[in-house]
This record gives sequence, C-alpha cells and structure tokens, in this order.
Amino acid sequence: MTETVNVPAPLGAPPVGDALLDVRNLKTHFHVLDGIVPAVDGVSFSLGAGQTLGIVGESGSGKSVTALTIMRLLDIPPAEIVEGEVWFDGREILSMPIDKMRRIRGNDIAMIFQEPLTSLNPVFTIGDQIAEQVELHKKVKRREAWDRAIESLRLVGIPLPERRVKQYPHEMSGGMRQRVMIAMALSCEPKLLIADEPTTALDVTIQAQILELLKTIQDRTDSALLLITHDLGVVAEMVDNVIVMYAGQIVEQGTANEVLLNPKAPYTMGLLESIPTVEKRGGRLSVITGTVPNPFNLPPACRFEPRCPYAWDLCRQVAPELAPVRGSDQLARCHLHTPAGDSRLPAALERHTSAMRLGQGHSDQ
Amino acid sequence: MSQEIKSGPVPDVAVADIERRKQEAGDPDYEVGLESLSQWQLAWRKFRKHNLALIGLGLLGALLLIAILGPILLPFSFSNVTRPDVIVSQGRGPSLAHPFGETGGLQRDVLTLVVNGARTSLFIGFSSMAIGVIIGTVVGAIAGFIGGFLDNFLMRIVDVMLSLPILFVILVFSKFFGQGSALIIVIIFGLFSWMGVSRLVRSLFLSIREREFVEAARAVGVTDRRIIFRHILPNALSPIIVAASLIIAGNIISEAFVSFLGFGVGPETPTWGNILSQARTFIPQGNWWWPFFSGSAIIITVLAVNFVGDGLRDAFDPRSRA
Repeated sequence: MTETVNVPAPLGAPPVGDALLDVRNLKTHFHVLDGIVPAVDGVSFSLGAGQTLGIVGESGSGKSVTALTIMRLLDIPPAEIVEGEVWFDGREILSMPIDKMRRIRGNDIAMIFQEPLTSLNPVFTIGDQIAEQVELHKKVKRREAWDRAIESLRLVGIPLPERRVKQYPHEMSGGMRQRVMIAMALSCEPKLLIADEPTTALDVTIQAQILELLKTIQDRTDSALLLITHDLGVVAEMVDNVIVMYAGQIVEQGTANEVLLNPKAPYTMGLLESIPTVEKRGGRLSVITGTVPNPFNLPPACRFEPRCPYAWDLCRQVAPELAPVRGSDQLARCHLHTPAGDSRLPAALERHTSAMRLGQGHSDQ
Repeated sequence: MSQEIKSGPVPDVAVADIERRKQEAGDPDYEVGLESLSQWQLAWRKFRKHNLALIGLGLLGALLLIAILGPILLPFSFSNVTRPDVIVSQGRGPSLAHPFGETGGLQRDVLTLVVNGARTSLFIGFSSMAIGVIIGTVVGAIAGFIGGFLDNFLMRIVDVMLSLPILFVILVFSKFFGQGSALIIVIIFGLFSWMGVSRLVRSLFLSIREREFVEAARAVGVTDRRIIFRHILPNALSPIIVAASLIIAGNIISEAFVSFLGFGVGPETPTWGNILSQARTFIPQGNWWWPFFSGSAIIITVLAVNFVGDGLRDAFDPRSRA
C-alpha cells in the first residue's frame, strides 16, 4: 500500500517506483460567469500497474473532473488546468501535444462513462464503433478489427457476439450497452481503465453483474482501474485503495479496508454513519447536516468545517493539510489528527463509534 | 422466454456453452433473431405508410425519368425549328401530332419544350440545392462545432446574407454573370440558398456536440474531423435532408421567377420559367396551352417535392412511431 499512495518524486521528473499513473498537485478550475470554480484543487495520487483505486465523494466534489482532466477531455476554456502534472507510463500527458494524447486515449487509457444509454452513437452498429477504435489505434484491416470487436464482446459476456456486432445501440438494454462500453474500452487492451460511475444508471442486479465483470476483466488483463463512484458499497467490493474527495480536495486516502472500517476524516465518518444498517433499526439515521459549500464562497479554512460536528476555532482559522495519521497508513485532512486536536480526538471517535452502532438518536444524548 | 446473462469468472466459456446448447437444441435465437434495422430502414418503413409522400416520390421519379429520357425519345428536337422562316402570330392548340400544342412565333412543339425544360429546371433545382446544402452544412458544422469567435463571425455573415433583398441580388447577379447559362444560375442559386441550412446545422451540432457519445468518441482518441463527419453529421442528417427537399422546391420556383423576368437562362435553352416568359405575349390571344403545361409542370414538381419533404420529416421524426 505504501508504494501506491504518495510516491514522492520531484515535480518535472518521472515518478519513482512502479507508478503507472502519477497525479501531482492537480488543480483544475472553471471560469464561469460568476467567477472561478476550483473544481479540483490540489489533488495528488498515484496508481501502480494492475492496481485499483477508487475515488469517492458526493456530486460536485471533483471526482469526474479529475478523470476528465487526466483524459484531457475538458473544454479549455471554460476549464483551465492551473497547476499540476499527470505522469502516465513515464510521460507527462498534460503538456503533451493533443495528437499524441489522442493516440493514448482509447489505446493506453480507456474510459467508461456513466450513461451507457447515450454513450453509444445511435446511428452506427456497435461493431462499427468498436472496430473504429481498433482500426484507429492498432492499424489493422477492417476485417481484423471486426474480429477483434467480436472477441471483446465475447469477453464481456454478450451472447452470440457475431450477431450482436451488427445491431444498433437502441436494440440493447442498459446493462447490455454498458457491457458494450466495457468491451469497447477493452478492445485495445489499455493499461489503465477509468470508470466514471459505471453503474450509476443501472439497476442493482445489473450493477452487480457489471462490477463483477469489471473485476474479472481487470484481473485477467492486468490493467489498472480507476473507479469513480459515490457508492461506498462499490468501493468496498472493488478497490484496493480509496480516495475520499470533498469540495475539490482529497480529505482522506488509504486502503479501502482502513478507510471504510476506521475512517479518520470527519467527512468520511459522516458518510459511513449515514449508511443504514440493521443495527441502527429504530433509531434516527445520521445525516451530514448542511449542503456542499458554494464553490464561489468556500469556507476560509477547512472546507468541511460548517458541516463538521467536531469543528472548533482552529478549523475556522487554519486550513488543514492532508497528512499521515499517527498509528495508521492513512492520510487525512483534519486538525483532529494533529497535535492540536489531541484532546478532542477520543471524544470524536467515541461519538463516531456510537453513531455507527446506534444511529443519531442515541449519539446525540 | 427470457435470457439469462451469466457473468462469472469465465463468462466466455459459459456463453459459448449456452450458445452450443442452443444450437444443438435447434432453438433459433429468439432475442437476436429479430432483424436489425438501421435508421434508414426504420425511416423507410415509416415513409412507406405516408401516401402523399409515396405519390410525391412517384411523381418526382417520373419527372426525373422524363427529364433524362424524354429529350432522347421525342421525335422533335427543341433546337431544330422546322420552318425558321415562318413566324406565325397564333399558336396551334393540342392535336394528335402535338399533344401539348404548338407555340406561336417559331411554331415549336410545346411538349418538346416542356420536356427539355424539365431537364434544365430539375437540374437547376437539384444542383443548386446540392451546392447550398454542402456550403450550409460545412459552415454550420464549423460554427457549431468550433464555436467561439468563428461561430460568431460565420453567423454574422449569415445574418447579413439573410438581410439582403435576395431576389433583387439574384437578378443583378444573373444579369451580370449569368449570360443565360444554366450552370451559372445553379451556382448563383446555390450561393444564396445555404443560410437556412447553416443555421439549422449549427443548432444541430451545438446540441449533438454535447451528447455523451461524442465525448466517448473523443475518449477513444477519434480526431475532430472524424467526430464532425463520422459521428455528428450522420446524426444531423435527417433534418438536413428535409430542409434540402424544401430548397429544391424553392429554387425551382425562383428559377421560374427569374427566367420569367428575363434574367435567367437564355431562350435558347428551354426552362419552365422561360417558356412561361415567352408565352406571355401570346396569353391574351388565348394560347393557353403554351404557358399551361410548363406552369403545371412547376406546380406538380413543387408539390411532389413538398410531399416528399413532408414524408421525410415524419419518417425521421423519432416521436412518430410507425
């Protein structure tokens, strides 16, 4: 785990170790009429070949923008990559000429989108669309590209792929189309697969199938997986490491087990407390009070402070840094884990444990 | 029957197994056994149910056939005047030898004129449409896809062109550059009929550009040019085709109008418009057959084109289900 999180390397130099993807201090801002939205504000992480990383956070926390920045799919302007580097496979891709980047997209980094229903072009058969990508990147003949399309459809468990390739997207269900998207993503054997909420638009049973499929395929092809989701259940099932984002920043980072079982940042604690469980039956379910801060008017110091049940004066004055937590491999952005928070930490943990067990009604008494 | 999709650790083996068993059982695949229809096939299915459109298509096909084959099959040639020295002040009404009658003046066969006119008029209608649609599509695609300054610039040009008194401009252009040639008329009409298409295409591109499949295409490394022509344009094609059919009708009428005023194609090449123009002085003498047949041809063509356009619009409308 230590080699996947926070590989230290000087800016401007390739990453040390085996990091396939190394994102360093990434800042993506949007220029809009009312001002500047810091959608991604200083995000760093790295991901080794064949490993899995989950990014969780609520809507607007910057998960998708992080992925789109890595793929360089944002329209500039209104977006602006203010700062940061993204190293992929030994090359810095943010400063790369766009036509070189195009050769990486789909070939080395593939992306699966949230909406399988609209991510396929309605006027072409799915075979056309997969084959187009293969032809584009692998410089093979049309016939061969079609064969490959059939193969990748077979790989994702679509029955009778020879006939399915000739069908149009509207002839398939949502789950089928998401399989097609995955087949498309896999057709060029990418080193990194970015899945942006791949199961959000699907119902729960199909969701399970798709996740299992992703996992199987990721195991088999040994590609790295960057999974973006707001579903902590998906995280628990799918990934080795996890990043929790809030208002454009990473608030917690660690292995999935640690983060889900022993959350350090109050935001993660709140997220976990708000999951209904059998034990909490009868009590009131905890909620994180308030709403995500207005991006034009972020809190001066800690961005979670207005909603944080543990906040005190320091949280309104000094912005916490993402720092290692004592006695753990996790990183957290919270004053509770600095010496200044020592006196408050036990009470906070106590409250969290109680809320996890009993729900809010009991913890507040 | 319902189909179960198994996703296990080795889905391909499981699927191959299902497939083999199904084949062994001689069970035709119920779900994928349905014929896949492309959007064109779907549109054609709906179009077929539209009676007026079918009639229009039939008429249009017949007119095109007449325009192409007619001049070859007819016994008279429009340029061959049988008695050039005799100028008569009265035409002759329809007869067996000349079913559409004969003109006054040089006594030309009206049927021959109308059939040859079909060739020029339809050529002008279709070719100028093609030019207009190509220019309009390219301009609209660039404006809608690239946006920003270029979009503004191109759309302001469109605004300027649309605010010109277009007929007057066409008359002036025809007078100075036309020299009575059909080809020049085609180019002039083409150059003045793209604005509507470009606005339409721009708006289509603006909306389709934001669709997810365009982003997905970008995410797999497709170039912008390919995205414009392979991914967005086919999705925008149906409204463009509908607009194109209406341009044909408009341009055939404009041609008749311009030729009637004597600014269009010269009298040596018959068009439906200049037949009308030449007939003008003979109308008070009761030579109704001279303008009647070419006028009817214009009406029939424009109606047919409009019916087809109407049918296409319905056929391509995703909300109307056939």
